[in-house]
Amino acid sequence: MSENKEKKQGFFSQLLTQNPVFGLYLGICSTLAITTTINNALGMGIAVVFVLVLSNILVSCVRNITPEDIHIPVYIVIIATLVTIAGMLIQAFTPSLYQALGAFIDLIVVNCIILGRAEAFASKNTVGASAKDGLMMGISYTLGLLAMSLIRQILGTGVLSLDNPFNNTQIFALRLLPEGFEIPLFTTPTGAFLTFACIAAAIAAYNNSLNEEKPIKKGAK
Amino acid sequence: MNLFTLFISAMLINNIILSKFLGMCPFMGVSTKMDSAVGMGLAVIFVIFGASILSWLLYYFVLVPLGLEYMELICFILLIAAFVQFVEMFIKKTSPALYKQLGIYLPLITTNCAVLYVAMDNITQEYNLIETIVNSIAVPAGFMLMLCIFATMRERLNANDVPKAFQGNPIAFVVAAIMAIAFSSLAGLV
Repeated sequence: MSENKEKKQGFFSQLLTQNPVFGLYLGICSTLAITTTINNALGMGIAVVFVLVLSNILVSCVRNITPEDIHIPVYIVIIATLVTIAGMLIQAFTPSLYQALGAFIDLIVVNCIILGRAEAFASKNTVGASAKDGLMMGISYTLGLLAMSLIRQILGTGVLSLDNPFNNTQIFALRLLPEGFEIPLFTTPTGAFLTFACIAAAIAAYNNSLNEEKPIKKGAK
Repeated sequence: MNLFTLFISAMLINNIILSKFLGMCPFMGVSTKMDSAVGMGLAVIFVIFGASILSWLLYYFVLVPLGLEYMELICFILLIAAFVQFVEMFIKKTSPALYKQLGIYLPLITTNCAVLYVAMDNITQEYNLIETIVNSIAVPAGFMLMLCIFATMRERLNANDVPKAFQGNPIAFVVAAIMAIAFSSLAGLV
């Protein structure tokens, strides 16, 4: 019966219920910290997709020649190298984004999602499957970031805008809340926690409605 | 910078959890019981203190003379992983009782972003050795303070009637939001 349900769920609801951020509570640190604007969320998301896909591919390549005892250090070195590359590329081509994300680019290394996928999936599967898994996980992570930043940017500043980070020109800016009605609280840490709590609760409620008999998914870590 | 100001602002005002959002995973995972919160807090204080000072020495005495500053990320994360491993072996040999208590938390600390952040922050802020030592005690002390306050609140929370969708982690985030409001008022201290 549960198998039928899973087939029926389809791609969209899997994105919701299996979302690494809101469903499994992985990589929360960066989600809370950098989702003040859509620009930051997109930049971070792309960086994570880049690192996640390549690290999954590389880990999958070396999975048969890595001794069991030291596999975590090996994976961490692979990930750290990729993050250094991503950080240098961001600094070279989009300096404004580099300023906005700050230390959080380097902290991609310790993002639980990346090491988690390397350990749980890429170390046991073929290169192709690992690349696809990295891409899927990265995209659902990016969607989680976007959802958070949409709410926080619109409520916090009243303006929905997107900049081109390569030359700092504005692509569009749309005022959705009239001036004086924005809630600056949502750009502060407090707003980050509140937004996250509400989205996580909404997804938990959706999860519950899907199958009542299944207990609520508790945070993995 | 005044060392006392540095200590207070690193511990309370720029609290690593409430204003920088680092170390959220253990914060959410371990804060359900007071005992484990204290154990995790002590382990984090020790690891951050040791790893930050070692990274500072590594950066200024090895990487800078060799012109390898861009390798800091890879070197620091390896150093942290090795340090955690070493601490684990050391505690296992010298105090099996403590090892039993901390056992599960020690390996988790490698992937605690707070450790890497403090090590990198000491370099980007260009702290000298004394400021590095003060900062590396103050930041994890703030982490442990938060963890303990939060654990006590969550123990109370278990007795309350929480809406079904908010049970577990979502309500914990609401509590964290309220704590962040309380702590943001400390910003006027310095």
